[in-house]
Amino acid sequence: MAHLLNIENLTITPVNAPNRKLVNQVSFSIEPGKTTCVVGESGSGKSLTALSVMGLLSDQLNRASGKVEFQGRDLAKLSADEMRQIRGRQIGMIFQEPMTSLNPVLTIGYQIGEPLTVHLGLKGDALKAKVANLLEQVGIPPHRANSYPDELSGGQRQRVMIAMSIACQPAMLIADEPTTALDVTVQAQILSLLNDLKQTMNMGMLLITHDFGVVADVADHVVVMFRGDIVESGSVADVLGKPKHPYTKALLDCVPDAEGRKPLKPIDYAWLNDGKVA
Amino acid sequence: MGEFVLKARDLNKSYIQRSGRFGFGTTKVKALDNVSLDLKHGSTLAVVGESGSGKSTLARCLLQLQPLDSGSVLFQGRDLAELPAHELREQRRHLQMIFQDPFASLNPRMRVGEIVGEGLLIHRLGNQEEQRERVVQILKRVGLSEADMLKYPHEFSGGQRQRIGIARALVLNPKVVVCDEPVSALDVSIQAQILLLLKELQQEMALSYIFISHDLRVVRHVADEIAVMYQGKIVERGAIDDIYRSPSQEYTQNLLKSIPGQRALALSN
Repeated sequence: MAHLLNIENLTITPVNAPNRKLVNQVSFSIEPGKTTCVVGESGSGKSLTALSVMGLLSDQLNRASGKVEFQGRDLAKLSADEMRQIRGRQIGMIFQEPMTSLNPVLTIGYQIGEPLTVHLGLKGDALKAKVANLLEQVGIPPHRANSYPDELSGGQRQRVMIAMSIACQPAMLIADEPTTALDVTVQAQILSLLNDLKQTMNMGMLLITHDFGVVADVADHVVVMFRGDIVESGSVADVLGKPKHPYTKALLDCVPDAEGRKPLKPIDYAWLNDGKVA
Repeated sequence: MGEFVLKARDLNKSYIQRSGRFGFGTTKVKALDNVSLDLKHGSTLAVVGESGSGKSTLARCLLQLQPLDSGSVLFQGRDLAELPAHELREQRRHLQMIFQDPFASLNPRMRVGEIVGEGLLIHRLGNQEEQRERVVQILKRVGLSEADMLKYPHEFSGGQRQRIGIARALVLNPKVVVCDEPVSALDVSIQAQILLLLKELQQEMALSYIFISHDLRVVRHVADEIAVMYQGKIVERGAIDDIYRSPSQEYTQNLLKSIPGQRALALSN
């Protein structure tokens, strides 16, 4: 079966330091209707990987090698125009900060409607109806379409972001730490919302997180990254239940469990630095 | 001296918030609504709740960083609000705080040695040489080095900065430390290091912690007792094991149900 998204040997380096590999030979794929979680600490390269799929890498960074194929098309070979067709239409993206990723001077209805106008040419009543429908889908009363972002809570803003990103029914959704800034109860709601959408729309999802609890709840497939490398990947049951790599084990050991049975064990970086982690 | 080092009785605090179109209207928000709590010597009391539940207001009011509308905070049996200014300042060395954001809570223009040593200077504890020794000692204890004294905060990572914040709070040998979300800005691996450090220091220095957090997994590991806040009220409080095993309030049950990773539990059991 063809993959929805296939990343092969992706390497990212700073333009002025071509030997420093921020992302090193990363390969994984995403299937329709499945969620792949990329886990790692800050600086592990997880966000860079996502940004490079969207073609949003900063000018200072260079995709040194590798291939990103979406629905069989090599994204690097597309023109800026063609890429714009895919971004927001075929691939939706949700960012971590719901506070800063919405435009404060536009109503949320306008912002949710924008991709529909741009990509699908919707206007007037048809547009209004679709926006109302999207708001309902993410659990916001449709009359809030005329509200500005500052009139909404953090959880509601994140729902608006989700409504925007799924507006055009993308085949894939990239979510970069979508719940990190939210309260636990809101987090649980957003995660179950994403799960429902994934199932009803058969969307493939790339979820970036550093929270193993979140991974356990939503992932089908897990990719663990450490300093630019993938150290382990596999099904959620395998990676969380029978971790093979010492770094994965160490990372799991520092997650506090809600039972409080397991003692916390910080990662011994000195030991990892000894070259035991290749 | 009784069993409790810090007692709060019927704390009330409300804010006037602008509301309505262009902020011409006002709404009164009750951030603290008859909040009472007791902190046992050498123990950790966790205060949990969602954003806007009043946890941070509580932290600031306990330390008299914000005036209360009504209610009293008793530290070692004395009402802090009734102390004359110089005596309150004296007591402040026993009441310290560790902040959430390790990037915003350290003055970028001060060297680490100055940041950590400032409390000693203000409270005129020891001569210059003794103060320096104490700063070095506490920096080493939290996992930094003597050489770090001359560096500026921007030269450190998030976890290291939180260590500086801890050193600053502990340099005066306080009795009560209020930790306001001390690990929520950190990676899990760094989080585990800092939590263990806080636990060790608590034993060595006989500290009592008020630990403010929204992460119920973290709380489970550090707290002896827990108070659950919702809309300015403490809706439930008790020993940590009891609350996690059999929460009586619906709100607490919901919080516990929202902890991510329930599926992992099912997988591993």
